[in-house]
Amino acid sequence: MEIRRRKNQIEISELDPFLAELLRQIPASANTEGAPAAEQRIFSPPANGKDAELCAEWKMYVEPELRRLFQAATQTVGADLEQLNGNEKSFANRTLRIPTKHADAWLSALNQARLVIAAKNNFTELELNDHLRSPIGSRRDLSLFQVNFYGFLQEFILRETDF
Amino acid sequence: MSAQPLAADVAIPLIPRIAYPKSAAPSTIGAPTIEKETRTKEALDLPWYVVVHNDPVNLMSYVTMVFQRVFGYPREKAERHMLEVHHKGRSILWSGMREPAELYVQQLHGYLLLATIEKVS
Repeated sequence: MEIRRRKNQIEISELDPFLAELLRQIPASANTEGAPAAEQRIFSPPANGKDAELCAEWKMYVEPELRRLFQAATQTVGADLEQLNGNEKSFANRTLRIPTKHADAWLSALNQARLVIAAKNNFTELELNDHLRSPIGSRRDLSLFQVNFYGFLQEFILRETDF
Repeated sequence: MSAQPLAADVAIPLIPRIAYPKSAAPSTIGAPTIEKETRTKEALDLPWYVVVHNDPVNLMSYVTMVFQRVFGYPREKAERHMLEVHHKGRSILWSGMREPAELYVQQLHGYLLLATIEKVS
């Protein structure tokens, strides 16, 4: 895989089918449905539960707005990822071009996905820092690899878009 | 944890205002009367802290970028807060009135950071 900035695009080329599939899974991975731990992490309380009134108002007025914001980001990313659904041979390497104006949406969707996966798997800080762990061992190892891969993409987008 | 705010964003206490009477005789200057000014509800409300809590998933560079964007902090200051979150578990990013504090927390949640508002006891 190669990743580079080209004018107003971030180009990820030589994407093998495995990494392409991981990218395709970003929107689904960001979904908190059926995962209370993930839901709780993405929509965390604004006041440590001490201010019941604020927490209740937050749930009613702010949370739906946040939900829309997160959904808009995953939809943008989902639309960009349609480039990977071509009619080429399924085992051929692919190229993905992300417009830099979509960088915020990508940062958000990647972050959502990382947080949801980490919450679902209840990863420890030690595991999250183990970047050399092989993705082959188990579903848990694969999920950890996914978190780290998405983190790598986030780092690159942050660096190349120069915030 | 004993994180203290790095910025002196807390409110300045109200100072009694000196008012000069309009009906004073032309040749004499009346003694100034001091009006008592009551503190507003908002002023009594101060201060509220915007606190960001540690999260092992969010990237350090991402958190720094969020602090720069939300609070307009220069990179160095944003990094200092990020490192405080990382090492001490939390950092007070801002203090002031409740309403803007809530708005800051809302923005931070929009970036998926663990943030709360806290009233200083």
